[in-house]
Amino acid sequence: MTALRFDPPTLPAEAEALRRQVRAFLAEERAKGSWSPRGDFGTHPDVAFSRLVGAQGWIGMTWPRRYGGHERSGLERYVVTEELLVSGAPITAHWIADRQSGPLILRNGTEAQKMRFLPRIARGEIFFCIGMSEPDSGSDLVSIRTRATKVDGGWRITGRKVWTSNAHISDYAITLVRTGPAEPDRHSGLSQVILDLKAPGVSIRPIRNLAGHHDFNEMVLDDVFLGDDMMVGQPGDGWKQVTSELAFERSGPERFLSTYRLLTALVDRGGEAPDDRVAETTGRFVAHLWALRGMSLSIAGMLQAGETPNLEAACVKDLGNAFERAIPETARLVAPSAMPMPGANDPFDAIQAEAVLNAPSITLRGGTREILRGIIARGLGLR
Amino acid sequence: MSDLVFDTADRLFGDAIDKALLDAAEAGTFPTALWQSVEQTGLVEAFADAETGVADAAAVLRAAGRHAAPLPIAETLLARRLLQRAGLDAPEGPLAIAASGDANRIEVAAGRVSATLRGVAWAGQARAFVLLTGDRVLLVAPASATIEAGRNLAGEPRDTVVLDGPVLAEAAAPIDLERWRRENAWARSLLMQGAMETTLEIAATYANDRVQFGRPIGKQQSIQHQLALMAEEVAAASVAARLATERLDAEDAFLAVAAAKIRCGEAAGKAAEYAHQVLGAIGFTHEHHLHHLTRRLWSWRDEYGHEGEWSIALGREVARIGGAGLWSWLTKA
Repeated sequence: MTALRFDPPTLPAEAEALRRQVRAFLAEERAKGSWSPRGDFGTHPDVAFSRLVGAQGWIGMTWPRRYGGHERSGLERYVVTEELLVSGAPITAHWIADRQSGPLILRNGTEAQKMRFLPRIARGEIFFCIGMSEPDSGSDLVSIRTRATKVDGGWRITGRKVWTSNAHISDYAITLVRTGPAEPDRHSGLSQVILDLKAPGVSIRPIRNLAGHHDFNEMVLDDVFLGDDMMVGQPGDGWKQVTSELAFERSGPERFLSTYRLLTALVDRGGEAPDDRVAETTGRFVAHLWALRGMSLSIAGMLQAGETPNLEAACVKDLGNAFERAIPETARLVAPSAMPMPGANDPFDAIQAEAVLNAPSITLRGGTREILRGIIARGLGLR
Repeated sequence: MSDLVFDTADRLFGDAIDKALLDAAEAGTFPTALWQSVEQTGLVEAFADAETGVADAAAVLRAAGRHAAPLPIAETLLARRLLQRAGLDAPEGPLAIAASGDANRIEVAAGRVSATLRGVAWAGQARAFVLLTGDRVLLVAPASATIEAGRNLAGEPRDTVVLDGPVLAEAAAPIDLERWRRENAWARSLLMQGAMETTLEIAATYANDRVQFGRPIGKQQSIQHQLALMAEEVAAASVAARLATERLDAEDAFLAVAAAKIRCGEAAGKAAEYAHQVLGAIGFTHEHHLHHLTRRLWSWRDEYGHEGEWSIALGREVARIGGAGLWSWLTKA
């Protein structure tokens, strides 16, 4: 049995100083009208705001300066991220490039790719999405059928990707494709490529979700040409690269903070002298949040030390997602006279409506709870 | 340092404690030899080091929880710390503790104490009673006690004690009643963490060994998922306990201790439920070892405030802070 390791670090003074800067920036920009909290489920990308964040040096924070990064620590990035998330700031546009695509290129990309993409990501000028799922491949990702065939000078790609969040506002998609045979095992022969979404043969169609928002897209790739210089890492290394991103993808504060603003709205709805039911609910949620943040921070510390705590990250995501979903489910029962309605004037009613409608996505995106629990069980020595 | 303390305590308890010892302790035979080794190893003085004392004591408590040590470890550790802070000498041997409030009544007049105390842990073994009132710490001899034996769900002594006799020593209270309650809730959290760790190990091992339908039940997805959820609960509880240990002596320790008692208490119930479901009927027998851990989890989660009480207290504090201030309160603690 592998013991789960959690060792919450103490945040360094620089990180706390940075926290104050982020709060000041958010307050100042909000006063200027640059942004207002408008939803916590990635439905409001704001390109102009992402550029402001980039100008502050808060995209690609940990990357080397020669690629436009700022050489800050992972814990400093953590603080910036959590401050932006709890405030409800519109960070959707640059989110994936900052968390995943940029780090992937930094780890596995060529020097030319790093010079070409990273500085522009860090300035908030170009945005990325991720093309993984397909109509017949969800949790069983290795079964994808989008194929890249080698041609002179590059590859020709044909296939379909679905549930591609924000493809419609992105410039590039890190796309998982099959470049080789599914042998000796089916994890081989997969590759990650940087797909230019404006290339001929790429068509993007919106898929509206049940909350009425356009976040998902279908991407149809019809004989799209991709130069050799757009392959990330060696052909066939795709699966290894995808799994090495998992700890980054599953452990951050976005995995337990997506209904945080509903919690604060519930606190305010309960008033200064709440009844026992509201007090017990908010107290319990704050205790859960406190522990989750400790777990998530300890993973940030391990990632900074060069470890890959995939097992611990799966724990944070599964537990964090359950917490996010419990908040609207409990808030509706204890909040005095709540009437959830999208776009309601009362912040509690509006956020509650958004949280209930978006809840199903929480435990699906970035690894379903079933997949996560399988990973943890394997870590416990089962299977 | 604390890792070394943990290893020492874990080995000592692991070598000495088996099912027979636990059954005997529950039947009323105090493991005197084990207690003596605990004292000789210095584990009851784990708080002594000014720098690492709290972490060392946490390590001892976690190890005691892991092995369901049938000893007044938490009580003696905290009593010795209280006496030391009050400038009083601590007697050797197991100590019993009680404080004013709840169902307890403590009156002192003319050097004599008269008290009625409920749920006192291990009163029958105590070499002395250490009492905390709103403003005094008192030391009382066992000769002054009339004990009516009681037990918690785990069969650990939780006695009703009537004290009537001289105060052997006294001093001004170095901490208030709320802090004392915090320290005890923190200690229960660490005990629960340890007991949950062992409970998880037992359940995971059993799932790999037990064969049904021609294969180990651990190959069933439904079993895997219950064990995964259990591991998550144990992990969250451990982190909450750890954060409380780091902050125990801070002025604003309330949040961290409340969170630890809430998170460990909630996880304790879930961990016990999952473990018993995975082990099936054998885990429900007296013959199996599991109940020595799970009955303690069910007891400890209620002692010094169950998760509902602590949640209400924390929720009231959060209400005073308000939604807008909550995040800066959390990130400052």
